[in-house]
Amino acid sequence: MKYVDEYRDGALARSLSAAIAAEARPDRTYAFMEFCGGHTHAISRYGIEDLLPANVRMIHGPGCPVCVLPIGRIDDAIRLAMRPEVTLCTYGDLMRVPASRNGSLLKAKAAGADIRMVYSSLDAVRIAEANPDRQVVFFAIGFETTTPPTAIALKAAEAKGLANFTIFCNHVLTPVAMRAILETPAAAGEPPIAVEGFVGPAHVSTIIGTEPYRIFAQHYGKPVVIAGFEPLDVMQAILMLIRQVNEGRSEVENQYIRAVTTPGNLAAQRLTEDIFELRDAFEWRGLGIMPKSALKLRDAYASFDAEVRFAVETQPAADNPACECGAILRGWKKPADCRLFGTTCTPETPMGACMVSSEGACAAHWTYGRFRAHEKTSTAPVRRAS
Amino acid sequence: MTAQSPIKAFRRKLDLRNGRVDMSHGSGGRASADLVAQIFRDAFANEWLDQGNDQASLPLPAGQRLVMTTDGYVVSPLFFPGGDIGSLAVHGTINDIAMAGARPLYLSASFIVEEGFPLGDLDRIARSMGAASRAAGVPVVTGDTKVVERGKADGVFISTAGVGVVPEGIALSGDRARPGDAVILSGSIGDHGVAIMSSRENLEFETAVLSDSAALHGLVAAMVAAAGPSLRTMRDPTRGGLAATLNELAHQSGVGFRIDEEAVPVRAEVAAACELLGLDPLYVANEGKLVAVVAPEAAERILGVMRAHPLGRDAALIGTVVADERRFVQMTTSFGGGRIVDWLSGEQLPRIC
Repeated sequence: MKYVDEYRDGALARSLSAAIAAEARPDRTYAFMEFCGGHTHAISRYGIEDLLPANVRMIHGPGCPVCVLPIGRIDDAIRLAMRPEVTLCTYGDLMRVPASRNGSLLKAKAAGADIRMVYSSLDAVRIAEANPDRQVVFFAIGFETTTPPTAIALKAAEAKGLANFTIFCNHVLTPVAMRAILETPAAAGEPPIAVEGFVGPAHVSTIIGTEPYRIFAQHYGKPVVIAGFEPLDVMQAILMLIRQVNEGRSEVENQYIRAVTTPGNLAAQRLTEDIFELRDAFEWRGLGIMPKSALKLRDAYASFDAEVRFAVETQPAADNPACECGAILRGWKKPADCRLFGTTCTPETPMGACMVSSEGACAAHWTYGRFRAHEKTSTAPVRRAS
Repeated sequence: MTAQSPIKAFRRKLDLRNGRVDMSHGSGGRASADLVAQIFRDAFANEWLDQGNDQASLPLPAGQRLVMTTDGYVVSPLFFPGGDIGSLAVHGTINDIAMAGARPLYLSASFIVEEGFPLGDLDRIARSMGAASRAAGVPVVTGDTKVVERGKADGVFISTAGVGVVPEGIALSGDRARPGDAVILSGSIGDHGVAIMSSRENLEFETAVLSDSAALHGLVAAMVAAAGPSLRTMRDPTRGGLAATLNELAHQSGVGFRIDEEAVPVRAEVAAACELLGLDPLYVANEGKLVAVVAPEAAERILGVMRAHPLGRDAALIGTVVADERRFVQMTTSFGGGRIVDWLSGEQLPRIC
């Protein structure tokens, strides 16, 4: 596949692996966080851990929008969907996320709720247009990457004069969460926060550009290398981070120059700014309530706001107290350290944020890497057949 | 019994252009008889069906073991690039029989039709089914038709049964994979799932990918003739794809698998579509492929026979069976790392077959 295979080349991976092994100093360890679920997935899916020396550790961050959506908001969506007049449109990966009282959108659908899986925000607008007697609610989630498509759907509905289309907005912001990870003090008895640098977001950065990460390099002294989601991108970014650490630099570098520019996508930023404003606070599953970390519709667009039209009042819902997602998302613990992992908590029956989507740290480890839990960390890759 | 009327019974011809199935077509009365006679009997025509009884009376070869299977088809859409629900039902049922190393003999078909379904589409499905069954040499010998109210089904559902016979000395079973055995895949994966997805209403995208829907009993017969006793087990990786099949076999046999990603054939168009949709071809359905676990010393011979058959041209050795009490399916990625190929979690795509 042209323009994709080039970034998954095994021979290039081996030479990058050798360069990382040569440049990583044997007398110390390195701990980097890949913020995005897309990177976590690439690391797990391609077995990148097998290509890194044992003293380079990757911490899987909270950058998976499905994972960090709090249970209370899923409950809200289910309540909306159960209203007889409502058709709820959602991206497919939210369907199975467990809500309170053992519920989920999938179960609500089976119980009669009109829930449609869509692949694009504009599909929801089309459904609203085709069903003028239904109240169509678009369950909008995601980081800065999926916010502009939600804005475009709103603009399309406005242009068509649709009075039956609203948005249940759950868009959240990347840099705020990165800061929270660095600022949260280690809990009593926990080792101090280990993150020494970030593999920076790929798609998010195409929208917001490189500037919002400067604070991490300058104020917190943590290097950031913005990287694409292909496995070679990730390996190259890890090499760039090791070089920064070794040379005592902390800068924002852009490995993903084929897509990310310094200012980002200004048209998308303007559109987002026009329609959305900061919420005072928003709960992130696994990380808790964070101020100014999410977006809501501006008052001017209140007629498109499902929270206004249906008077949504989110009720907090707690995770299982034994769930270690908060510590795992901050790099204090590894998935296998959690006593729920692989016992009561699996991708079929997820208990916490890190297991609900394949991009979550625990789900990725369970799905792709759990053979390592029983073997030494430096497991050699399996031998080729034939 | 009344004496046969000297006047030829009047038969109204079904309006295949504009007509629709209504409740009377399932009533058991004249309309039902017309539907069966003009659509199904015509499409499937064979001496056993023509007996016209509620059951087919069939000869059986002596001294062989009988295998039987049943299958339901609810694929959406009903017509897709490379096939339709009718041909799929024939191929899928034949393949389930063939995976035992068996020779399929007879099929049955039961149709559940939704009120309002176009008669022309039903005719098209029946003809496609008839053509597939004739091409495979496996007749549909008995059938049934029911009509349900609008909204109680989605167009047409087809249930089938199939019977076949296993030659002496052939004993394939999912619990027979042993460490050291070779794993062979008959061709590229993911074609059927991508073809279906490309024609889904809310997902339409342009692709040249056709479903691989095909009857594999000819390929299997060649494999059995060449090295029957060396075949441990065979399975067609339908729903859940290659990943599900390997995990099933690992569990049934109490072994692990080691697979080489680079050895698994995936068409460029399929890989591209999966990339776009965020799918892993390992989990995408196939309807004309098989996985065979074979004794290592026979692997090359079996591979040669498969590659000489049109449905096994791209057959490849994709890995080996290993001892592993955890029953993991592990894979060396094309990137050079290792990963697990787990069971599919949840539903990747509903109503694929």
